[in-house]
Amino acid sequence: MPAVSKGDGMRGLAVFISDIRNCKSKEAEIKRINKELANIRSKFKGDKALDGYSKKKYVCKLLFIFLLGHDIDFGHMEAVNLLSSNKYTEKQIGYLFISVLVNSNSELIRLINNAIKNDLSSRNPTFMCLALHCIANVGSREMAEAFASEIPRILVAGDTMDSVKQSAALCLLRLYKTSPDLVLMGEWTSRVVHLLNDQHMGVVTAAISLITCLSQKNPDEFKTCVSLAVSRLSRIVSSASTDLQDYTYYFVPAPWLSCKLLRLLQCYPPPEDGAVKGRLVECLETILNKAQEPPKSKKVQHSNAKNAILFEAISLIIHYDSEPNLLVRACNQLGQFLQHRETNLRYLALESMCTLASSEFSHEAVKTHIETVINALKTERDVSVRQRAADLLYAMCDRSNAKQIVAEMLSYLETADYSIREEMVLKVAILAEKYAVDYSWYVDTILNLIRIAGDYVSEEVWYRVIQIVINRDDVQGYAAKTVFEALQAPACHENMVKVGGYILGEFGNLIAGDPRSSPLVQFNLLHSKFHLCSVPTRALLLSAYIKFINLFPETKPTIQEVLRCDSQIRNSDVELQQRAVEYLKLSSIASTDVLATVLEEMPPFPERESSILAKLKKKKGPGAVSVTELEDNKREGGELNGSSDRGPDIAAMAASNASTPSPSADLLGIRSAAPVGAAPTSAGSLLVDVFSEAGPAAPSLAVNDDGFLRDLEQPTEASDALLVEGSGDSDSAPPSEDPAAPLSEADELLNKFVCKNNGVLFENQLLQIGIKSEYRQNLGRMYLFYGNKTSVQFASFSTTVTCPGELQSQLNVQTKPVEPIVEGGAQIQQVLNIECLTDFSDAPLLNIKFRYGGALQNLTLKLPVTINKFFQPTEMLSHDFFQRWKQLSQPQQEAQKIFKANHSMDTEVLKAKLLGLGMALLDNVDPNPENYVCAGVIQTKGQQVGCLLRLEPNAQAQMYRLTLRCSKDSVSRRLCELLAQQF
Amino acid sequence: MIKFVLMVNRQGQTRLSRYYQPVELNRRATLEADVVRCCLSRKKEQCSFVEYKDFRLVYRQYAALYIVVGVTDSENELSIYELVHNFVEVLDKYFSRVSELDVSFHLTNSSFLKTTGFVLQIMFNLDRVHIILDEMIQNGHIVETNKSRILAPLTALDKMTSS
Repeated sequence: MPAVSKGDGMRGLAVFISDIRNCKSKEAEIKRINKELANIRSKFKGDKALDGYSKKKYVCKLLFIFLLGHDIDFGHMEAVNLLSSNKYTEKQIGYLFISVLVNSNSELIRLINNAIKNDLSSRNPTFMCLALHCIANVGSREMAEAFASEIPRILVAGDTMDSVKQSAALCLLRLYKTSPDLVLMGEWTSRVVHLLNDQHMGVVTAAISLITCLSQKNPDEFKTCVSLAVSRLSRIVSSASTDLQDYTYYFVPAPWLSCKLLRLLQCYPPPEDGAVKGRLVECLETILNKAQEPPKSKKVQHSNAKNAILFEAISLIIHYDSEPNLLVRACNQLGQFLQHRETNLRYLALESMCTLASSEFSHEAVKTHIETVINALKTERDVSVRQRAADLLYAMCDRSNAKQIVAEMLSYLETADYSIREEMVLKVAILAEKYAVDYSWYVDTILNLIRIAGDYVSEEVWYRVIQIVINRDDVQGYAAKTVFEALQAPACHENMVKVGGYILGEFGNLIAGDPRSSPLVQFNLLHSKFHLCSVPTRALLLSAYIKFINLFPETKPTIQEVLRCDSQIRNSDVELQQRAVEYLKLSSIASTDVLATVLEEMPPFPERESSILAKLKKKKGPGAVSVTELEDNKREGGELNGSSDRGPDIAAMAASNASTPSPSADLLGIRSAAPVGAAPTSAGSLLVDVFSEAGPAAPSLAVNDDGFLRDLEQPTEASDALLVEGSGDSDSAPPSEDPAAPLSEADELLNKFVCKNNGVLFENQLLQIGIKSEYRQNLGRMYLFYGNKTSVQFASFSTTVTCPGELQSQLNVQTKPVEPIVEGGAQIQQVLNIECLTDFSDAPLLNIKFRYGGALQNLTLKLPVTINKFFQPTEMLSHDFFQRWKQLSQPQQEAQKIFKANHSMDTEVLKAKLLGLGMALLDNVDPNPENYVCAGVIQTKGQQVGCLLRLEPNAQAQMYRLTLRCSKDSVSRRLCELLAQQF
Repeated sequence: MIKFVLMVNRQGQTRLSRYYQPVELNRRATLEADVVRCCLSRKKEQCSFVEYKDFRLVYRQYAALYIVVGVTDSENELSIYELVHNFVEVLDKYFSRVSELDVSFHLTNSSFLKTTGFVLQIMFNLDRVHIILDEMIQNGHIVETNKSRILAPLTALDKMTSS
């Protein structure tokens, strides 16, 4: 048997450990342990008082059993007793047990604190260290309260032993992290910083962790540490390899301390003091030089220690990002490592270079290593190294090498590890979009992506390619042709079918001239894939078919035949059935003109941040996207989307603008049909479908189109929802039966609906609330759609609408109770009838309560019923306008606000919003064509309130001046408040 | 900072675990099993750093023994990698002296490390291994790297008990 420590033996423990080791099975081990636990328990409970040695032995056994992974629920008291022993070994086992097994909220803390207090004042360094370790390990609030003021004193006292100082430094760090309010550094700051000068390296090593943490929190107070750290580093770097004796590790002087010093410096910008900076640059140069010197030892430990310092120095150089010379040298050094035989070095070099690539000084230098990196991607045997290579390629990509890099990444995808495919796909998609010079290349790339790794192509990626194709008319023909060719493959991915269906449905006409891709050929090709596809894809294909009927009247009989067959019109899936029935009916009763209007080509999508980028940002990782990259992308994305002068709310504008129903509106009974579509279904996109942005009255975006539109818009909605969740957990918090207070973002949500009537009001992980509303005169009707996003039913579902305070006498809202059960995936509808009695400022509150898996959910929102909803537009000529403007000249009738632009100041956007507001936008009225003027009458039951509006943008200053004059002063004020949030 | 240090044998059994951030007991076993699976499945030529959830693992193998360190990204991987070696050298220095085996100091030639004897020593002297580790790392931060200073308290302890 190997020698167990001599002297105190603890033979019983040794025997027990051998027994455990000799156990042949897990069962035998558990049996032996249970026997021992029973034995110890009886000993602890026995009448005979145990001596210190036995107590130690049993506590030690418990500790061992615990370390084998078994739970220990007794012995704590005996361990606490050991603390007051005068024998080091007994005390030490006691502390060890407590550090490992007592968590910070144990009831024993008081007793433990007492023992610690005694040891701290014992002046015995080993006892003091044990006590400090224990405080640090447990780190509870009570311990912090008891000792936080004591420890800094021990740390800086002149007569404290080095080892105690080390423990005190880290103990203080721990307390600072757990209870920063109790650790007041004030008077100690300078003395703590000066520990960097301590002659004992161990003390410096320990203190630097504390100083680093404190500097991160209070950089200004600890600023002086920079020059001290630099001089300390300089002394270490320039010391001969044997100077530091035991702190030299394989001929490298104090490698761990050097790394920590370099890390500390990364908390600060480059030193301002020229001398300090010069000294630091000298250090960094020396470190870089040493990397080129022949090694002092062949041992890998030597080179590892040296390189640890080197990598840390390079991190600092990158952090400063101000010394081009050093940056380029760093890059060259890393370049050498890229081909090193040590995998660890290659891995770290790739990772480090990734950050180097984003510096303007070294970006070009990094690019020179492209071949090596591509080679690494192809030949590295370790997936994590390949992943780093892919990250680096992504980081070094720019317009000059995008084609090469994207091609290499695509070809790597064919063999890439499953674990990293999705991220790779996102990266390729982003690079292709960001650096697309010609869009045919972009389309090719994305289609290749779907071909090679279709399963990993998320919705965001194929949504994006469609958005871009719709917005760029120069690529539409090419896209149609390419996608048509891609669909020829006998087995093609469902995502390809989706993209194909969408693009051919929109732009199939552009390639129909060629007999090889005549309308019928296109249709048959798409339909050959139909039966292999999932429900959402089939739904999309059905929409493509109806678009075909519009594009190519000659396909009508064939398509109607398909729609009419039982597998469509009687499909067990409600969504498919509904689409088949409606499309069939639409194609047979609508005239060609109506059909052409309803099925018009999709309007360009509003410019927005790439949803793919948003997704990649969510995926954590060093290769993820930096802020600058994001901004870059916004800029470039703008280019990509082409017509950036289009407003973000085209659909909303169309919806609220059309106050007169268009002939197609009631053609299909859409208004009643929409809620029917809310049958239980697990596919999220179908559920969302019902909340169509474009209301029933929107002439160019009838329901079929907005099915498409919704499919595409879903990702952004989802990311909005994330924001909402982040700020408002209150929906699940209060378990009370009272209605919850309105969500903190309720006003914000309300503001989104000032200029539009339809959309998603609220969404969290459980529930989605959609709104459709219409107003006429002083009356309004609002449809609320509550969608259960989970697969579990909501029980006791109830909603109440209240008008708080004086709103009660201003607004009349009536509704009927909703069904108390909302099945998983289902949606229910509620209709509100609203009557405006007189003008009002507050919004009605909607409270929703339901039980989800037993937990009561309770949330309150503001319903977007605002005074402007009751506007009737009034057209008038310039002369009339100014006459009335003058009539409303009493000071209280006017409300004015000057504010900074929060959104795009683009003309079209502004017009859309003003129209959405409900007033008439008057042309040729204001002498300054940059300004906007509007007129309207608010209809309430009791009276009519005439309102005039003038909006003066100042593009240079990014400011607006908004003036409202109304016949009633409260209306002026309210409108002014509401509108100032909109622009 | 350092989140934890694990010593695991080739069968995946934990021989020593030290956490510097609270991890609930019932989650430790799962974490350890997961971490061990992560490291044991890797081949020699693969690099010694593994991304694991929101932190990194740095591991090093000594014959049948794996030492795995979980670190946040504020640590330098190579320096942790060598810290592990420094730790093993300290263990070697201490236990080879205690067991009075004639083991050459340089680990690369050390037969001691490659024997199960080394693991046995750790098993039988867990308390001492903990003391050594505590002298080197406190609260997840490196506190001492000088071998003789690391061993000083233990040496004093041994003298006390043998006298």
